Amino acid sequence: MKKISVTVNGTTHQSEIEPRLLLVHYLRDVLGLTGTHVGCETSLCGACTVMVDGQAVKSCTVLAAQADGSTVTTIEGLAAGGTLHPVQQAFWEHHGLQCGYCTPGMIMATAQILQRNPDPSEEEIRHGIEGNLCRCTGYQHIVQAVQCAAKKMKSQPAPANR
Amino acid sequence: MIPANFDYITVKSLDEALSLLAKHKDDAKILAGGHSLLPAMKLRLMQPKVLIDIGKIKELSYIKEEGGQIHIGAMTTHFQIETSALLQKSCPLLPETATQLGDMQVRNKGTIGGSVAHADPAADWPAAVIAVGAEIVVIGPKGERAIKADDFFVDMLTTSLQPGDLVKEVRFAAPKGKTGQAYMKVRHPASGFAVVGIAVTLTVDGGKCSASGIGVTGVSSKPYRAKSVEAALKGSALDAKSLAAAASHASDGISDAISELYATGEYRKHLAEIYTRRALETAAGRAK
Ligand SMILES: Cc1cc2nc3c(=O)[nH]c(=O)nc-3n(C[C@H](O)[C@H](O)[C@H](O)COP(=O)(O)OP(=O)(O)OC[C@H]3O[C@@H](n4cnc5c(N)ncnc54)[C@H](O)[C@@H]3O)c2cc1C
Ligand code: FES
Ligand code: FES
Repeated sequence: MKKISVTVNGTTHQSEIEPRLLLVHYLRDVLGLTGTHVGCETSLCGACTVMVDGQAVKSCTVLAAQADGSTVTTIEGLAAGGTLHPVQQAFWEHHGLQCGYCTPGMIMATAQILQRNPDPSEEEIRHGIEGNLCRCTGYQHIVQAVQCAAKKMKSQPAPANR
Repeated sequence: MIPANFDYITVKSLDEALSLLAKHKDDAKILAGGHSLLPAMKLRLMQPKVLIDIGKIKELSYIKEEGGQIHIGAMTTHFQIETSALLQKSCPLLPETATQLGDMQVRNKGTIGGSVAHADPAADWPAAVIAVGAEIVVIGPKGERAIKADDFFVDMLTTSLQPGDLVKEVRFAAPKGKTGQAYMKVRHPASGFAVVGIAVTLTVDGGKCSASGIGVTGVSSKPYRAKSVEAALKGSALDAKSLAAAASHASDGISDAISELYATGEYRKHLAEIYTRRALETAAGRAK
């Protein structure tokens, strides 16, 4: 067993885990944060995307042990004080989802894209979400949601670190 | 999909990593970004007893230029290379390769050291490091040594790394003179890996090609330098006809082209010629 200390959505958790525990299972099964989805388990679909120290990663391909000492943000940590994050708001307004399975990962990936490039072109958006598969939407509404989120974030920047 | 059990050790320095490797020998595996190793462990294709996590060794993550040499630390991520201002200016081939590798999340986590050490025959870095004439700097029980990229890749998933060795950095001479570079790849539609990937760097002098480096990945069980293409380019003009003639040699001497459901060996060799021509045209157009 290994002791880890991870700050998830602002709360620091001390846990004793098996080294082979994947971060996605730590978040879902140990901390009960089931907003992060498991889609493929093979690093391909991006449904499990979370931020670790500000970097979007596929949490099915990271050991919980690797996140020791890190700051993790999941979809549950995005909305500040009950107000949707501009990316969440934009996905809602533009209907950037159907079944919603890919959505938590899509939104975390979008947050990263816009953090790095506040004004992405359509091509840059599609390149940015290449690691996130959606079986429902055909991506068109997702791209529109990202474009809308970019506009929103320019007029109301998201809180730091989110 | 859960890996088999293992012991997990985080190290803070290269020395610590080397002594643990020496202690645990074949039982141990280095964990860098984990984006080749963990998928393999989840499928139980690999079951190391000990993982030595080098992710927290700060001294292995850098991109710097010193005395005309560019050095990239083993733990430098694909994303760091993609966005490096130094590389965009002095060797844009590497950022262009990085941006076509995997996806954003993979680029955030995966490292150049892990990629070359893993030596996947469809990986992108091997083509680029061969094209720029890089050396892989290795540190092991007997100290440090540099291995030419051309000699580093031995076979599918096999390099000339010896037990107890660690990749420390990739280094190469910064391109000089009027150069143009390009990386072009046919992405596998499901995995994103290279069905064929061609890395080109050209030096132009008086309208003619004075030197070139052409690295090919995806075609064969190991990446290779397209020597006949380089020979045909030497002293040649850069018009479409000359470039196409040179590119027609892209798979000369390759008898073990990879054949699988998605692409037969013949098809890969065909793609190698087409993409070499396109990459040469693009690189020639960029030479300035
Ligand atoms: C969904 C997905 C898509 C991908 N697409 C692509 C792609 O299109 N093109 C591509 O090239 N790659 C692709 N990859 C692979 C990715 O680039 C990996 O990050 C890379 O191959 C391995 O780097 P790593 O840092 O993750 O290494 P790890 O997985 O940590 O290690 C890989 C191997 O190298 C060894 N190792 C690692 N670092 C060192 C070192 N410094 N010294 C000695 N040995 C070491 C490890 O012991 C292990 O055997 C993809 C991966 C995923 C999950
Ligand atoms: S569940 Fe992690 S990428 Fe699909
Ligand atoms: S909304 Fe169903 S998978 Fe994307």
